[in-house]
Amino acid sequence: MIKVEGVKKQFNKNPVLIGLDVEIKEGDVVAILGPNGSGKTTLIKSILGMVVPDSGIITVKGESNRKDSSYRNQIDYLPQIANFPANLKVAELLKMINDIRGGSVREKELIATFGIEPFLNKKLSKLSGGTKQKVNIVLAFMFDSPILILDEPTTGLDPLALIKLKVLIEEEKAKGKTILITSHIMSFVEEVANRIIFLLEGKTYFNGSLEEIKSQTKQADLEHAIATFLEKEYA
Amino acid sequence: MLKVLKYSFYDLGRSRWSYIYFCFYLALGFVLLFLNNDLSKAIITLMNVIIVLVPLIGTIFGVMYYYNSVEFTELLLAQPIKRRNIFLGQYLGISISLSLSLLLGIGIPFMIYGLLKSAAIFDFFLLLLTGAFLTFIFVALAFNISLRNENKIKGFGYAVLLWLFLAVIYDGIFLMSLMVFEDYPLDKFSLIGTLLNPIDLSRTLILLKLDISALMGYTGAVFKNFFGTSSGMIISIVSLFLWIIFPVFAFVLKARTKDF
Repeated sequence: MIKVEGVKKQFNKNPVLIGLDVEIKEGDVVAILGPNGSGKTTLIKSILGMVVPDSGIITVKGESNRKDSSYRNQIDYLPQIANFPANLKVAELLKMINDIRGGSVREKELIATFGIEPFLNKKLSKLSGGTKQKVNIVLAFMFDSPILILDEPTTGLDPLALIKLKVLIEEEKAKGKTILITSHIMSFVEEVANRIIFLLEGKTYFNGSLEEIKSQTKQADLEHAIATFLEKEYA
Repeated sequence: MLKVLKYSFYDLGRSRWSYIYFCFYLALGFVLLFLNNDLSKAIITLMNVIIVLVPLIGTIFGVMYYYNSVEFTELLLAQPIKRRNIFLGQYLGISISLSLSLLLGIGIPFMIYGLLKSAAIFDFFLLLLTGAFLTFIFVALAFNISLRNENKIKGFGYAVLLWLFLAVIYDGIFLMSLMVFEDYPLDKFSLIGTLLNPIDLSRTLILLKLDISALMGYTGAVFKNFFGTSSGMIISIVSLFLWIIFPVFAFVLKARTKDF
């Protein structure tokens, strides 16, 4: 579904990705993990075409992502930091994205789920961080695209909203969607993901199932498994 | 692209600055007409103001809009829209809204004053056309600056410098070199010098139309001698077009490889 081959990228002589190869198959729920600055967001932005790699090829459903923009119709994206145009109201933003992209299927349902109705007529700049993230989630999930990319989806969410988010992800999983998640909350990753890609200094350090990572590091949970990797590398 | 244009336009329609700009021109138009009491004279004064101020407002507004709408741009980049269309849409959004502010702000007082019955109507339209050209040119230059500078302060700095250079310093250097090399034939040099600065080009264009030799200066006179009034005007309009096309091409090219 998504194929990343030999992707290299540096920002101002600071190498972030050094020859990354990743393949994500249809129906995979993949967590991209790694310490801060390991290139998770750069990888995601490269797939979305927001970052242009120095070399390497990225294909989505067999087509290069540099050719055309229509492949992004297949992708729903939840950005890490929800930056929205400040002088728009929530309802206007939803309407605008709907108008640009077309075909939202569950906007009303999601607004109800996350309790956004009271904020619909408020400006985005006036919202709290958590509410912004809820709007962000509504925007990402309202289109029924086959690929979901979630960059730190849990940021700022209260426990209730977090549970609702997990339910939402489970639903999408059940539909057979391909999902890519980054997160620093290991318990969350353990609950939702079935495959782990661990990035370290711009390379794939580990790529396998949850069970494999645990058995390889001889740890009972993911958090300790990842910690073992880091200790081994930096010791 | 039309959808991006629509929303940029919508966004600018709610921005305080569009109205400040509009009110400024409205006040300027009324004051000039009140003081001059003569349409053609007011047009000359207006030319001097437009030629300096429109580029300044275009560059500053362009840079400001770009930096303010980075979030909007990032949101659009994740959608199935071509990059070229995102940036062209935003560019047209600002340029058209600034040109409209100019057109309405100056047009209304002149209309009230009886422009439509006056013989100066063509001069006036040429003036507005030049103002629109300058807006499109300088917003495009502003996009080039802001796309190449992540740092807002730097971007604003370069924008102001660019304006200062083209509106003030360029003329100074130009005049100095005309004086220093006065023993040599300078026709071609001054022709090229004029074509390379959109502000000088606009001034020459309007003065050719108004046919005021006293204000034309050396370059205007050379222009007129060399091309005659009508072909001189055609050449300056074509050059102004090129001054839009090249910067637009340059920022679209830059946008293609930029990381967000």
